[in-house]
Formats: sequence, C-alpha cells, structure tokens
Amino acid sequence: MNDQRPVVIIIFVFLVGAVLLTKLFMIQVMDDSFMKRAERNAIQRIVDHPYRGLVYDRKGKLLVYNNPIFDLMIVPKEFEVGDTTRFLELFKITKEELIESYQAARKYSSVKPSTFIKQISTNEFARIQDFLIDYPGLFIMTRSVRSYPNPIASHALGYIGEISGRQLERDSSGYYVQGDYVGLSGMERFYEDELRGVKGVKYKMVNVRGIDKGPFKDGEYDTASVAGHNINSSIDMELQQYGEKLMMGKTGSVVAIEPKTGEILSMISAPFYDPNSLTGSDFGKNYTELNKLETKPLFNRPIMATYPPGSIFKIVQSLIGLQEGILTPETTFACNKSLVACHNHPSPVNLFGAIRNSCNPYYHQAFRQIINQEISSNTFKDTKIGLDAWRDHVLKFGLGGQLGVDMPNEKIGDVPSSKYYDRVYGEGRWKYSTIYSLSIGQGELLVTPLQMANLAAIFANKGFYYTPHLIRAIDGDNTKIPLEYQIKHEVGVDAHHFDMVQDAMAEALYGTATRAIMKDIQIAGKTGTAQNPHGEDHSVFIAFAPKDNPKIAIAVYVENAGWGGRAAASTASLMIEKYLKDSISRPALEEYVIAGNFIY
Amino acid sequence: MREKDININRVDWITVMIYFVLVMIGWFNIYAAVYDGQVDKSIFDTSINSGIQLVWIGTAIAIIIVIMAADYRLFENLAIPIYLVMLVLLLLTPFIGKEVNGQILTIGFGSFRIQPGEFAKFATALALAKFMERPTFDLSKTKYQLQAFGVLLLPIILIILQPDTGTAMVYFSMLIMFYREGLPQKYYVLGIGIIAIALLALGIENNLYLAGAIVVIVVILILMGKKTPQQIIGFSVIGLGLIAFTYSLDFVVSKLPEHQQNRIMVLFNPDLDPLGVGWNVTQSKIAIGSGGLAGKGYLQGTQTKFDFVPEQHTDFIFCTLGEEFGWLGSFVVIALFVTLLTRLVFMAERQKNRFNRIYGYCVISILMFHFMINIAMTIGLFPVVGIPLPFFSYGGSSLWSFTILLFIFIKMDSARALQLGRMG
Repeated sequence: MNDQRPVVIIIFVFLVGAVLLTKLFMIQVMDDSFMKRAERNAIQRIVDHPYRGLVYDRKGKLLVYNNPIFDLMIVPKEFEVGDTTRFLELFKITKEELIESYQAARKYSSVKPSTFIKQISTNEFARIQDFLIDYPGLFIMTRSVRSYPNPIASHALGYIGEISGRQLERDSSGYYVQGDYVGLSGMERFYEDELRGVKGVKYKMVNVRGIDKGPFKDGEYDTASVAGHNINSSIDMELQQYGEKLMMGKTGSVVAIEPKTGEILSMISAPFYDPNSLTGSDFGKNYTELNKLETKPLFNRPIMATYPPGSIFKIVQSLIGLQEGILTPETTFACNKSLVACHNHPSPVNLFGAIRNSCNPYYHQAFRQIINQEISSNTFKDTKIGLDAWRDHVLKFGLGGQLGVDMPNEKIGDVPSSKYYDRVYGEGRWKYSTIYSLSIGQGELLVTPLQMANLAAIFANKGFYYTPHLIRAIDGDNTKIPLEYQIKHEVGVDAHHFDMVQDAMAEALYGTATRAIMKDIQIAGKTGTAQNPHGEDHSVFIAFAPKDNPKIAIAVYVENAGWGGRAAASTASLMIEKYLKDSISRPALEEYVIAGNFIY
Repeated sequence: MREKDININRVDWITVMIYFVLVMIGWFNIYAAVYDGQVDKSIFDTSINSGIQLVWIGTAIAIIIVIMAADYRLFENLAIPIYLVMLVLLLLTPFIGKEVNGQILTIGFGSFRIQPGEFAKFATALALAKFMERPTFDLSKTKYQLQAFGVLLLPIILIILQPDTGTAMVYFSMLIMFYREGLPQKYYVLGIGIIAIALLALGIENNLYLAGAIVVIVVILILMGKKTPQQIIGFSVIGLGLIAFTYSLDFVVSKLPEHQQNRIMVLFNPDLDPLGVGWNVTQSKIAIGSGGLAGKGYLQGTQTKFDFVPEQHTDFIFCTLGEEFGWLGSFVVIALFVTLLTRLVFMAERQKNRFNRIYGYCVISILMFHFMINIAMTIGLFPVVGIPLPFFSYGGSSLWSFTILLFIFIKMDSARALQLGRMG
C-alpha cells in the first residue's frame, strides 16, 4: 500500500515546482506592470528645464530675460518641523497653510519631493537660505520666470504661463507635461519652438528612503538640456518706449514698419500693462484683474481691433483706378455734394487734388467707373463682375485677409465680396448705389491698424511689401527667420503710378495735417477719421518718411480723439522724428500729444 | 581501509553537487542583495554579508567533513541525546537568549550566536527516526499516531514560546514523512479539504455563497450515495460542521494578533495597504516581477539593491534572484530544488533500514516546506512567514542546520551497504 506513496510525494514536489513557476511566469513575463512599478520605485526622472531664449531689440538691447525663482520642495518622510513657531515665522506661512501643504505633499508621496512653497523671490530665498539646513526634507529647486528690464511692448512680446489642460491635449509633440511653461501670447507663443529649447533628462536611482543612489546605468540615458534660441526682435526699444510714453492714457494703436523689410519697428497697443505683472507667482491674480478692466489692456489692438479705413482708403482707390486705366492723373470730377457729403475745397479736382483734399464725390464717381466697366449690359451683373475684380486688387494690398504677422490671433478685417451682397440683398438685387460707400473707405470695409501700417509701407515702396514681422534674427542670424518674411509681395500696381500718389500724400499734410509737418524731413501722409457710432470718431493717420527714401512707415490710431489731423498725425510725426533723428525738436507738440486733449 | 573506500564511492555525488551549486548561487545573490554600486566592496569583504556568508560556507564545509568522517552509527546512537539537548537549549533560549524585535531566537556570546530553533530541526528528525524505527510502530494506529505527534509537539511548543511561529510551522511538514510511513490517507483528504474551505472562507467576502455551495455538495453526495439514514445523517453533520467552521473562521482570525491577521488578509488583497502591511509582499512581487524573462543582469537590480524589499538577504533572498536573473533564473533554481527533492526520495527509498528512510523523509519534508513556503510567500501565494530559503538565505545557523540535516542523510546513504537490512 505504501509503495505508491513515494510516487505521490514526487508528484507533489513537481506540482509545487510547477505552481511556483507558473505564478512566477505570470508576474515576471506576462505582467509588465511590475516593471513599471519598479521604475516608479527606484528611478526618478528629473527634468532639467532649459533656459528659455532671450529676446533682444533690433539694436541688441535686452527686452526679455530669465529671472530665477525658487520653489521650496518637501520630502514628507524626511521632514522635521522642529520648533513650529520659528518655522512659521521663517517661511511666513500660517499653521493651517503648513498643515495643508504638508498633507498635500504626503498624499502625493511620502518619499518623493513635491512643491511646498511655490515661487519664492530671490530676496526671500536669500533670507531663508541659511536656515534650510535646520529642516531635513526641505530643499530648493530653481526655476526661471520671464523678466523685463523695461516694461514695454507687452502685447508684442506676449507672456508665458503654465500650459493648460486643453493645450496639453492638443500637443502632438509630446514635449509638454503638466506644469510646464509655454508661450501663451505674442512672440512668446509664435516662437515657442525656437525659444523653449530642449529639455534635459536625468535618470537618478533612489533607494527606499528616497536617497540618491547615483545615476541610472551611469547616466547612459541622461541628456543635457539645450537652451532656447535667442531672438532679435525688429522692435526698436527706444522708439517703442517713446511711443508708449506718447500713448500713455489713451486708447489706440501705433504700428511702425521699416518698408524695405517689413520689420515692425514699434507696435503699441494702448492701454498697456506691465509685462512683469504676468510673471511669477502673481500671474493668475494679475491676469484676472487685467481681464476685468473695462479698458481691456490685454486686447492686442494693432492686430485685433478693426476699423473702417475711411479716407485713407482713397489712395488705394486711386491706385486701382490708375492701374485699371480708368483714372489718369488728369481725370477730373466735380465735387458734387449731392452724391456724398464733402467739405469746401476748389472744384472740380483732378486726381492729385482729390487725394490732397480727400474729395468724397470724386471717389464716388471714380469708383463707379471702376466697378461698372460695362462688361455686362445688365447693370446688376456688371456691378458684381466689377466688384469682384476690384476686390482682387484690394486683397493684394494685404487687406481682407491675415497678413501673417508673427503673433497669434491676427484679425482679417473685411473686404466684402459679391457673395456677401448676394446673401444680404439677394442675387441680382444690388448695384453700385448699394455699395458706393466702399468708395470712400466706409461701409462694410474693415482693416486692422497693422494692415494700415502695411498700406503705408506699400505706398512708400511703390507697390510691394514684405509681410510685417517682429523677428529680425534668430541667434543673430537674420537668414534663419521664417521664409515667409523673406518673400516680396507685389500688389499689382505699376511703380510709376505711385509717384503722383506720393506727391499728393506729401502735399496732403499741408491741407489736413499741418501739425505733422517737419522742416527737415519730408513726410508723406494721409489723415483719416474712422466713424464711431458710439462716441467721438477715431483719429487715424498713416505716413512714411523721408518721402524720397522711406525708412519708416507708420499707422496711428487714437480712439475717440476726433479728427485724424490732430492726435494721430501729431503722434506719427513725433515717432518719425524720434526714429529718424533720435531727438525731438518740437517739445510743444510732444506736450500736446502727451496731454491728450484732442477734442476742442 | 576497505570500509572507507566503499564509503567514499557510495557518496551520492549528485546531491552533493546540487548542494554546492545552490550554496554558490545563494552566496552570489547575497552579494547582489547587499551590493552598493557607490561603495563597490568585494564579494569577499567581511564587512558585508557576502563576506560573512563565505565564512559560514567555509565552516559548513568543515562540518561536512566532520560528518562524513564520523561513524555512521553515531547519529543513530546519539539521536535521543541530541534531541534532549536541543529541547533543553530551546527551553533555556527565552532566559539566556538575546531579544530582537520581541523574539528571543539566538543564544551564544558576543557576535557568535546560534539559533537553537534551526538546529532543533535535524535533532527532531533524528529523534523521530529513532522513535519510529521500531518494527511494531504503526502509524495507522491511534496510539502510535499520538506518540509520533508527541515527539513533534515538544519542540513546536518551545519554539512557539520564543515566539517564532514560522519555524514552528516547519515541524508540521513532517506530515509528508508521516504520509510515507503510513498515516492514513483520510487525514490528508480531510486536512486539505479544511484548508481549501478555510482559504475560500477567507477569500470570499460573503460566507453565504460558501455555505450554499456546501449544502449543494452535501445534497449531491446524499443523492449519489446509498441513501441509508446513517449516511444521510453523516453527510448532513459534516456539512453543518463545515458551515459552522466557515462562520467561525472569521471569528478565529479576528482573535489572532493583529500582525498575523494582516498577513493573512494581505494574501487575499495585497493592495489593501501597499505601504503598510502589504509592503513586504508588494515590494517583493515588484522586485521579482520586474525581472522579466531574463532578468536585469547580475548586480543590476534596483529594487533589492535599494532596500525596497525588507529582509532581502535572508528570507526574501529569492527576490534578488528573480529580479536579476528573471524567470529563467527562477526556473533554474526551482528545477534544482525539485531535482534535489526527487533525488532524496530515491535515496530514501533505497535505504535498507527504517531509521535511515524515516530520517531521509524528514530531510525531504523540511527542505520541501522551506522551499515551497519561502518562494510562495515572496510571490504572494502564502502569508509572510519568516523562514529562510535552504542553502540560499544569509545566516550561519540556517546554513549550518540545513547542511547538517542534509549531510547526515548523505552519510547514512553512503554507509547503507554496511548496514544490515532491518526494515519493519
């Protein structure tokens, strides 16, 4: 009977071996979760944040740099508070905050570090630095936030902040993790890839108590962080600073462009805010406050505000008329005020006179000829054909579409097409009398201040432009800037047509913008008044100078400041002088602009 | 002279080889368990455990030589005296021993300390063999059953008093030897049944399901049986008894000391408290599980190296193996143990007298229990029990005691030709 029992025992031995090996196979080979848990246990992945690229102005002056801030980290298992009162005094927190932070850290992990006090300033850090040694489990982690030596160009430069959940979801690069800083607006956002650099990673082994046991596999998988690229902005810091001084207390935009290159020399959105307020620990609080203000300081007016172009658009009409052969310099029309209102000036006028005097009836009549070229005998059809042909011309001037400036959220403005009128009035139910306000830059037309400045650059260049941009060079190399900013755009109007237009613009100053006249620099300009149904009209002026060799093209909008010849023309003139001569010879005019009483 | 020659030639070299392979693998693993890349000490450095273990291995070899040189009759003759000395040592341990973590396990002086609980294993094995070798001894009779259990129970009681439940449990492994020596099969069927129901009762939240299952089984048994009143009543009583057992189990468990309760509960749900009670099992499983098929490579383990697994060089030494050599490494070691145990069964069966065979099965029982329970606990198949992995775990007492245990049998086996057949 006992003979089979040794066999049973051997079977039992094999069975136990098989059970153990099966279970081992299940946890070792089939289930890889233990591998991940082992990594979480013993390998800490420490991200080495790169230095974000710096931003300089066009002359190499620093606009944006990095400022170290300090996060106080805690490892709850090692932490000893000692004398609580002393601790609370040293770190300037309340007992409740201490308990709350400690418990939050504990909840995350008792052996891994988590943030205890966020973003301690350099001064605070200096104060507590020497005492840290008394508190095991506390250490400092350095991060950097953006800082601005001069609080200017906040809209153009933009700001950075913690990446949002939605951005994280959309991020296909896999570069970002929760808590990372990312450019949220302006150049910071547009040049995020260039500025951010490359994160480094260190794999560190830690033991059960979280104590560093050296690099994982001798640092084989470690990578060093690479600092972001430095960027030279095309902004002229002094010009920008001066412009902001002039625009202080007003609402509006100033955009100055170097016509030959499309480089934006200055881009002002008033009212402005101090870019230093949107950095560091007060970002959230300050952002909320700024966002609540009725003056909308966060609104980037040069690219996001749209206005009817008004009289300035007459220059575009003149050029289209000339190119189409509808107008010649000698074409004259009577100032027929029954067609559309006008002010008193000699009549009839030729094209030069029409520009100089900003004659509304002239353009009413000229535009009718541009639109109704009698290609179709049906006046409705003819208008439609004419409008679309005209619109193609206008779009080439960079209107009615995004120019493609290197900032997010650029508005396109509006140049209505035949489809629009078909939709509103019905097909074949509208004709010239429906759309005539377009002739003088009113009606449905809308442009951004940036598009207006670009127009000034086109007039200065006699028919071409480079897409306006804020970047001048990356790491000092101006060939590295995006390709689209190196392409010349022709507007499709022959250069010689511009000669007369430029002359008329120079002459126009003597009619409508005498304040802008300078003795030694010839400015060509055109005033405009954007009608504002909600209050005083907006004062508008575009110009370029010197007329014979344009170095700066500028558009100025001052909201609710009335007539274009006062606020906008004065501001533009001072900006031009500042840029070309680096000094101001007209202190009275400067005072007039700064005082800002333009309505009288 | 002739006698000695036969002796050497008769040594079972397969078993000896497996022993040394296991000891060497164990030694390398102890080094891996205590290895610190930042300090980089040699495996021979006696300031770390691998160096000390080498000293234990050296002395173990000395012990082997002594055992092999001794007269084969010595162990049989001294069986009862050795047993009695061990009982006295166990009795004295709580009074003259050194307390560590509430347990008094070791006696000795200075840094030389031995653990009588470990040595009592081979002493009890010898005593049982001596006691049971009588031709009249019949395990199917209640009288002899009680006597055999008595010999076993004395060291168990003394060890529980230390208290060292894990080591005490080892003595129950003698049930394997008892099985070979004729303890009726019904006890094993009943025992396995009760353990199965206990595990189910503890594992299943609601005992009602289990009670229902028992009722169904009883009904089926009654329907399939002879349907005599006697049998119906018998099955019903057993069924009711089992149901009462399942319900009383939760109560019994709740009366256990808390740390033992926790060890049991963690078995069923290791994630119950991964940082607390479940820590050992969780970390042990992470270490072994992270080894994958081929392991991370010798000295490349992170879990065992950085102290995530407690007791990693003693009771949890298998973690180091599992992490650094993966499933293939585990396979080799388990295969070695299975081969060793199978070999020992063969050896026990070829003995000419009952004393040798019983002792052989005692060795099998003890090694089997350690091997099975130690590895099972590191992978969460059994509650954490503080018993070492034979030949592997760090520690002089454990290595010595397993060496003595095994080599006494090898010695007996090598001398079997000199013995007269006196099987009962």
